[in-house]
Amino acid sequence: MIHIANWTKVMIVMICALGVIYAAPNFFERGLFSDVSAGLPGKQMNLGLDLRGGAHLLMQVDSDVIVKDRLGDMMSETRGILRGAKVRYHGLAIAGQTIVFRLADLATIDAIKDELEAQYQPGNFAALGAVEPEVIVEVGDNGSFTLRLSEQGITDRVGNAVEQIIKIMSARIDPTGTLEPVIQRQGRDRVLLQVPGVSDAEVEKIKKRLKTQAKMTFHMLDQTNSIEAALKGRVPAGSMLLPSDELGSDGKPIRYLVQKRVRVHGERLIDAQPSFDEGSRPVVSFRFDTIGGQKFGKVTANNVGRRLAIVLDNKVISAPRIQSPILGGAGIITGSFTVEQTKDLSLLLRAGALPAPVTFLEERSVGPGLGRDSIESGKIASAIGMTLVIIFMFVFYGLFGLFANIALFFNIALIAGMLSVLQATLTLPGIAGIVLTIGMAVDANVLIFERIREEVRNGRTPISAIDAGYRRAMTTIIDANVTTLIAAILLYAFGTGPIKGFAVTLSIGLITSMFTAIMVTRLLIVVWLRRTRPQALPI
Amino acid sequence: MKLLKLVPADTNIQFINKRLIAFVFSGFLVLGSIGLFLGQGLNLGIDFLGGILIEARTDGPADIGQLRSDLGGLGLGEISLQEFGSPVDVLIRIQKQEGGEAAQTAAIEAVKAELGKRIVEYRRTEFVGPTVGAELREAAIYAVVSAILAMLLYIWFRFEWQFGLGAVLALGHDVITTIGLFALFQLEFNLATVAAILTIAGYSINDTVVVYDRVRENMRRYKTMPYETLFNNAINQTLSRTVVTSVTTLLALLALYAFGGEVIRGLSIALIWGVLIGTYSSISLAVPFLLYVRPDRGDISAAGGNATEAAE
Repeated sequence: MIHIANWTKVMIVMICALGVIYAAPNFFERGLFSDVSAGLPGKQMNLGLDLRGGAHLLMQVDSDVIVKDRLGDMMSETRGILRGAKVRYHGLAIAGQTIVFRLADLATIDAIKDELEAQYQPGNFAALGAVEPEVIVEVGDNGSFTLRLSEQGITDRVGNAVEQIIKIMSARIDPTGTLEPVIQRQGRDRVLLQVPGVSDAEVEKIKKRLKTQAKMTFHMLDQTNSIEAALKGRVPAGSMLLPSDELGSDGKPIRYLVQKRVRVHGERLIDAQPSFDEGSRPVVSFRFDTIGGQKFGKVTANNVGRRLAIVLDNKVISAPRIQSPILGGAGIITGSFTVEQTKDLSLLLRAGALPAPVTFLEERSVGPGLGRDSIESGKIASAIGMTLVIIFMFVFYGLFGLFANIALFFNIALIAGMLSVLQATLTLPGIAGIVLTIGMAVDANVLIFERIREEVRNGRTPISAIDAGYRRAMTTIIDANVTTLIAAILLYAFGTGPIKGFAVTLSIGLITSMFTAIMVTRLLIVVWLRRTRPQALPI
Repeated sequence: MKLLKLVPADTNIQFINKRLIAFVFSGFLVLGSIGLFLGQGLNLGIDFLGGILIEARTDGPADIGQLRSDLGGLGLGEISLQEFGSPVDVLIRIQKQEGGEAAQTAAIEAVKAELGKRIVEYRRTEFVGPTVGAELREAAIYAVVSAILAMLLYIWFRFEWQFGLGAVLALGHDVITTIGLFALFQLEFNLATVAAILTIAGYSINDTVVVYDRVRENMRRYKTMPYETLFNNAINQTLSRTVVTSVTTLLALLALYAFGGEVIRGLSIALIWGVLIGTYSSISLAVPFLLYVRPDRGDISAAGGNATEAAE
């Protein structure tokens, strides 16, 4: 134990030096070395949102809406196939998660089945290596058909929708590219958004933007039927009652009777900008693509003098009278908007509609002020904790305590260095983990030193006492640390966010403290032994 | 230089003889903890219960009473307000809202609108919906149970079964009384508390392993020494280490408690308690327990774990 091979000595010194080099950048201003490439010293620790301040939002995508939309599309596709094949059918409808219909002529069953299966065969859908078709076609008695969405089909659809949502959300949150949002898919139908360094007001704004699906459609107002009758519950087929943001004389939102038929989809919009009309009222000006522009031109040309309904997420945001055909493919949305609202609405329209609405499952936002305070108190607590431990160790073990303190210094450097290299995230509980490690790190040295004291009392010479002390304490150190490491690893596996940070620093701390306590102090003691050849140990 | 010694070298405290006192005391602690847990219950935080937590800084010393009556008028159910660290900081807790996740978001907006200009800075806004709350609860239980099982397995593998049983007994004692402490003082029980409990479990086992290692070593060395003396010697031989490590860990944790800020105070309290109870249980429960299961001395040298022997 008191003989350390030369290459081992070199390795110990090198590891300590690397720890210091990699840890050093953390003592400089943040962002100073931001352009350093991965692996090289210069990277600073990654601070968690609870220290930087920022928002953590977990969202759930409403996959039922995706399935429902898909079933709607499937019904149109099926109708198209049946009409194209010129067969007679009846009862085409959505039933739960399936499409059902019945063929009148049983002789056409095979041909229709083939055609439907060809429509939905695996290769038709983007998912690579999907063996199951998206839709399973089942034929029952008397020409009855059932089209069922397969599990694989639903999963792929939802997955695609989530990916699309992530793209749209990035555009909505960070149109100017100044924030650094991280948006990730979590599990099957969840989205996790993390935005560092935003204030509370900004978080609320972001939440509003994400909550809006921004599905815009252009309809005609139903002016042939009476709104009074509809309000009493007699809504004509083909029309629907939709609320608006304007308040009526009774203080309740005004409702409109709107034709169900969609004249132009919001997907056709290619641009939207906030602007002002002649009366200097804030409006949103928009532009359609070619197809959208043609459709819009036709609708407006055929309905001059009647009222259009611009519907956003099942709410009428504007119901202007068509003064003249709008043929250029561009127009404006008037309404009771503030400038802020026109900015938001045009941003949402530019980014596009979410394929399904989202709900917030969890939010954890920390303001920049609390983050700064947490870093500050973390620094103070670590410094004071470390000072107390260092003083105690020196008073208790003298020179050997000093060796242990040097090892403690390198231990902290190694933890900081490892966190920087791995780009692990340091959280507030993570700082607590480091402080705890400072206290526990000396344990291995305490075990060794106590053993040495005991061996000295048993009459051993200095060299033999140190040798025996290290050797006998070794199994205990390993056993004791492995058990705590087990707890830390499981904590990492099951924990979330800041708690994972605690587990990370605790695990790294356990490993580095074993190294510094066993190798670094041993090297120091061995060098000291050779130099001074003491007759008695000052322990 | 005269070095400080907390535990004199010739210390020989009769821990084993006084074991019944410790057993009664610990029995009382464990039963009391279970009673408190079942009776009073835990003050579960929003992590597990779902709900809303807002930490806000007011424009002057916070008038908690006024704020309470204003927010109470919103009809959001149970609302608790407390000063948090300084007179201008308020912690607002709002129970889980009926009506799923969307209702939580709406409640946050309502509260922020009501507080309006009185708040100069929102320092923290957290909400956990019912779905995530249930998931976190499940994950926490899995984490604690699997950690205890994994440590048990490791001890089983490294020592005889008698030691494994003793270590887990002490560990269970420490975990149960920590939960009891949280029930007694109604400290908020959240994800950080679970992290603390797992760390306490690690520390407790760590401490027990050190003493057990010494017991095992003595069992090999003194084949005829009565168990009472042998166990007592092992405790006393490791006592200095036990005390020193507990003191350094406590020093660090006290610094964390005093200067680490309001947010991790609960975590610090749990860890401080864990170090105290973990140290106590390995000395007064884990080792005396071995008297009743009497690990076989013949097995020790034959079975694994003879690294120390081989090194001699």
